[in-house]
Amino acid sequence: MTVTTASSRVSTGPSVASAPEIALQLDRVTKSFGRKRVLDGVSFSVAKGTALVVLGRSGTGKSVTLRTIIGLVRPESGRVLVEGEDVVGMSRPRLNEVRKRIGFLFQNAALFDSISVGENVAFPMRRHTKLSESEIRARAQEKLEQVGLAAEYNRMPAALSGGMRKRAGLARAMALDPSLLLVDEPSAGLDPITSDEIDHLLLSQKESGTTLVVVTHNMASARRLGDRLLMLHEGRVTAEGTLDEFERSEDPMVRAFISSENAG
Amino acid sequence: MGRGILVFVGSAGELSLFGLRAIRDAFKPPFEPGEILRQLHELGLRSAPLIGVSGLAVGVVLSMHTRASLERFGAESMIPAGLAMALVRETGPLTAALLLSGRIGAGIGAELGAMRVTEQIDALEASAVDAFKYLVVTRALACVIALPILTTLMNFSGMLGGFLAENAVSGMSLRLYFDRSFSLIDVIDYVPATLKTMVFGFIIAITSSYLGFTTSSGTEGVGRASTRAVVFSSILIIVANVILVRLIFFIFPGLQR
Repeated sequence: MTVTTASSRVSTGPSVASAPEIALQLDRVTKSFGRKRVLDGVSFSVAKGTALVVLGRSGTGKSVTLRTIIGLVRPESGRVLVEGEDVVGMSRPRLNEVRKRIGFLFQNAALFDSISVGENVAFPMRRHTKLSESEIRARAQEKLEQVGLAAEYNRMPAALSGGMRKRAGLARAMALDPSLLLVDEPSAGLDPITSDEIDHLLLSQKESGTTLVVVTHNMASARRLGDRLLMLHEGRVTAEGTLDEFERSEDPMVRAFISSENAG
Repeated sequence: MGRGILVFVGSAGELSLFGLRAIRDAFKPPFEPGEILRQLHELGLRSAPLIGVSGLAVGVVLSMHTRASLERFGAESMIPAGLAMALVRETGPLTAALLLSGRIGAGIGAELGAMRVTEQIDALEASAVDAFKYLVVTRALACVIALPILTTLMNFSGMLGGFLAENAVSGMSLRLYFDRSFSLIDVIDYVPATLKTMVFGFIIAITSSYLGFTTSSGTEGVGRASTRAVVFSSILIIVANVILVRLIFFIFPGLQR
């Protein structure tokens, strides 16, 4: 079990960027909102084609970590390397090129509510590909089929249930076949069966070679998805390791998460 | 009190930078023609019934007041020209802008505010789309294009309202009414007064977009953004109008006669 400070685990310098097997690396990332330090030297890395599950209580910086990776939040210090490119301080055109390779599933799906579900999925393709109208429609339909929403192309997001919205959000996040998929609380507000369905969709993405970073409170989800688990507490990485290592851990926060699932 | 002033000055500065960024980004690709057309439909075409009906009512009321004043001097024949002059030079542009600050300002403030609190603006950014350009610049351009057209509609529907009122009282024909309406109006009366509404359109779009973009505190924040969008847009339009009228008189001194 690794229970060390982030800076002692992560190597720095040019060798980091050139490591081919690493899809994502955060290196001593720090972010504050006002006087509150939300990320305090967060460091970790994710190997290509694997899934990292980020655990932690509410308000410990999990969602901010995801937002930092995709450049929605700019850290005060540290580096965020996506496939070797540091997105911190990157110009907007270059950042947008990196963003095209990243899918982001928001906690509440964040579907554009003025257009249909199918158009939500087609949106990234319309913006960033030169596909014909019929090809875009066909591919959006295919993505919706993958998440079990084949019949919902023309429905408006407001007409969908929470689980359907999340699946539609996943279809949109997968629209450009991203190499890195960031997922914020996939089980939040969902019944256990729908939550399982979402997890299986994410697993199928991982099996097709996509790297996953999943933020969750849900240990059952973490068990299913995570090749490695990471615990954030008060903006710091307090534990990182495999599921087996987490189960053997003496760290009180890790024990609390493991026992909360057993209690449930 | 001191903190309130600081917040006000800070917000005014941010709003100014927001507007300058919109002007700068309007000249940089991608130009989002599809979204501009969609906004022209939403903000422009869909405002036409409001402007048409309101213009008609304003025309009727103005006609009644003008008749009451001119009747005393036996100058009833001047009613169409007087009403048209009042509409084209000032009443039409200002009334249209204030009405649109209500409809468009509230709409943009609420829509962008809701998009902010439901993370749709972040989702746009995460989809590698410049949300500012896609949401703000397109709305600003649509408003700048739509306002002069809607103002012209307001002027014509106002004159039509004036005709209906005059026809009911004196039985004046449509042709004679419009002949007299345009007898004193020159292009110089119409062009500067109508073009100044492009500034009003910019004010409405930028103020309400800024308030929508900076919304926080969930649903309550969305309501607040919507209300403030109308209030601040209206105040800024009235203040800008004073400056613009002064500027128009300076550039076209003949209009003061």
